Amino acid sequence: MNPRLLAVRAGLSRGGIELRQTLTSPTDLITFVLMTGGFLAAMLSARHTLLPGTAVSLGTSRLVSVLALDVGMYAVLWMADRLVGDREDGTLLRAKAIPHGMLGYLVGKVVSISAQVLIAVAATLLAGAFLVAGLAIGSPGGWLTLAWVLVLGLLATLPLGAVLGSLFPNTRTTALIFLVLGGLAAISGIFYPITRLPVFLQWTGQVFPLYWLGLGMRSALLPHAMAVVEVGHSWRQPATVAVLLAWAIAGLVLAPVVLRRMARRESGSRVAARREKAMRG
Amino acid sequence: MSAIFRSMDCVLDVSGLRMRYGQTDVLAGVSFTAGRGEVLALLGPNGAGKTTTIEILEGFRMRSAGRVSVLGTDPAHGGEAWRARTGVVLQSWRDHSRWQVRELLAHLGRYYAPYSTPGLTRPWDVDDLLATVGLSEHARKRVRTLSGGQRRRLDVAIGIVGRPELLFLDEPTAGFDPQARREFHDVVHRLADREQATILLTTHDLDEAERLADRILILAGGAIIADGSADQLSRAMSTRCEVRWSRDGQRFVHAADDATAFVRDLFRQYGESIQDLEVRRTSLEETYMALVREAENSGPRRLTAVAA
Ligand SMILES: Nc1ncnc2c1ncn2[C@@H]1O[C@H](COP(=O)(O)OP(=O)(O)O)[C@@H](O)[C@H]1O
Ligand SMILES: [Mg+2]
Repeated sequence: MNPRLLAVRAGLSRGGIELRQTLTSPTDLITFVLMTGGFLAAMLSARHTLLPGTAVSLGTSRLVSVLALDVGMYAVLWMADRLVGDREDGTLLRAKAIPHGMLGYLVGKVVSISAQVLIAVAATLLAGAFLVAGLAIGSPGGWLTLAWVLVLGLLATLPLGAVLGSLFPNTRTTALIFLVLGGLAAISGIFYPITRLPVFLQWTGQVFPLYWLGLGMRSALLPHAMAVVEVGHSWRQPATVAVLLAWAIAGLVLAPVVLRRMARRESGSRVAARREKAMRG
Repeated sequence: MSAIFRSMDCVLDVSGLRMRYGQTDVLAGVSFTAGRGEVLALLGPNGAGKTTTIEILEGFRMRSAGRVSVLGTDPAHGGEAWRARTGVVLQSWRDHSRWQVRELLAHLGRYYAPYSTPGLTRPWDVDDLLATVGLSEHARKRVRTLSGGQRRRLDVAIGIVGRPELLFLDEPTAGFDPQARREFHDVVHRLADREQATILLTTHDLDEAERLADRILILAGGAIIADGSADQLSRAMSTRCEVRWSRDGQRFVHAADDATAFVRDLFRQYGESIQDLEVRRTSLEETYMALVREAENSGPRRLTAVAA
């Protein structure tokens, strides 16, 4: 069999194994439950407050925000964090030492993190469907939109996470990524309509995929009438596809270059030096 | 091994290898070769450049200058097919701590399957391999729960799961207790016997080099200052022997340059009254310390007498 193809298949099963490890690890599960639980609480507390002039509750709108963050923020963060961690403990170097190991490693990462994001999305959606009213799910059109937003969203964000993970030196600095992404969320129309922000912030927000992910999620899950608060009073789906696709292409071109450069520089002594530094400081 | 046979079957061919970090030349012209099935120990004090050398050969580090051929390929441009023929065990690993032992070995082995040849099936059968390194009863354990010695044997198992033609081991037993060390040595012996693999290992422990290697390369002062079997090395370095004997109940000690001639004379003179004769060459330990001291003080001087 073709070695590349085989490495991709090995990577798929690697992703499955990693996912199982996450789902059976108490610490990972607790983090996950606390995170989702916190979001659910925020949703529930606002489920009877209607957004002014609409039939949609604040809770419903928060739920959609959480879905956007799952893909737009956690996919990036998890990817970057795993990559930095795996570089630190030598997992990446191990991948480099076996034929097409890096290919298998990356496929595995994409699979396990995508699955994790999708599980988070499904859990949030399931809880939300029972607990908050006004969600426009159930229409085939809505599901279809949700599907392409998720796929394009992951394609846009996972390579970005890989690039960030290649650039950050150690797991202590990845907290910075979290802060930056949090700041980005504030100007991406996730928690309130972007139209309320100063114009230059609106433009800044609309450069990044997080805004478009949020917009795509809202178009899939909120009633059509809600589009009035958006830029141009429209869901702008063609623009959403275009921007997410552009980010995906840019990421898929850039990520292999950056990853290769990072992997080429990995050696046993670098791993050992990093560990020594981590133990000292 | 004859010179012709070796040149045909050359697995490692290094000449004039140099490595400079900033202003320091860590390697200042390292040269050696290794043939198929040889077990080589690269011996040297800490900081001599053993890891640097082995990582250049593994293709993990770019050299400053020199010619390097590993399995007929320059490791700086070794592709995935070349990678499949080598095995790497670094000084220390902590990776894949959440994986189960058997699961990890089976997973990493999969990548080697397309590189089987008619005479060599890759990868190694996982259960067979677990038995070889003595980890059968730990097959379902998580990697992070293994002891230091068990972890190291897993590292070796991963290093050889693709049945490499050439295996690199960097300080494989650093931090081992004597029991773990002995078990580890058994694994390496088994490997060399059964697999006909060429093995290059680094160590700063002379005793280990002596036990494991067919040939010892001493790296000091940036160059290979000695290259030969343990026996050849001590012969070449120690020109003096200590001769002890007793005659008429009295004990004698004499340091001789030519022990054979001295003993011949001794018997000619005293014949049957010589007893408890003992001829002791300077130990390899003393040889090694002297060589390293000399190289570090006055730059490398290659022992041409044993440079095979
Ligand atoms: N990346 C590096 N940058 C600068 N100096 C280095 C680097 N790697 C190793 N050295 C130096 O090179 C010398 C040899 O190191 P190393 O190859 O690790 O020796 P050994 O493995 O024999 O102990 C040491 O003095 C070490 O400090
Ligand atoms: Mg070393």
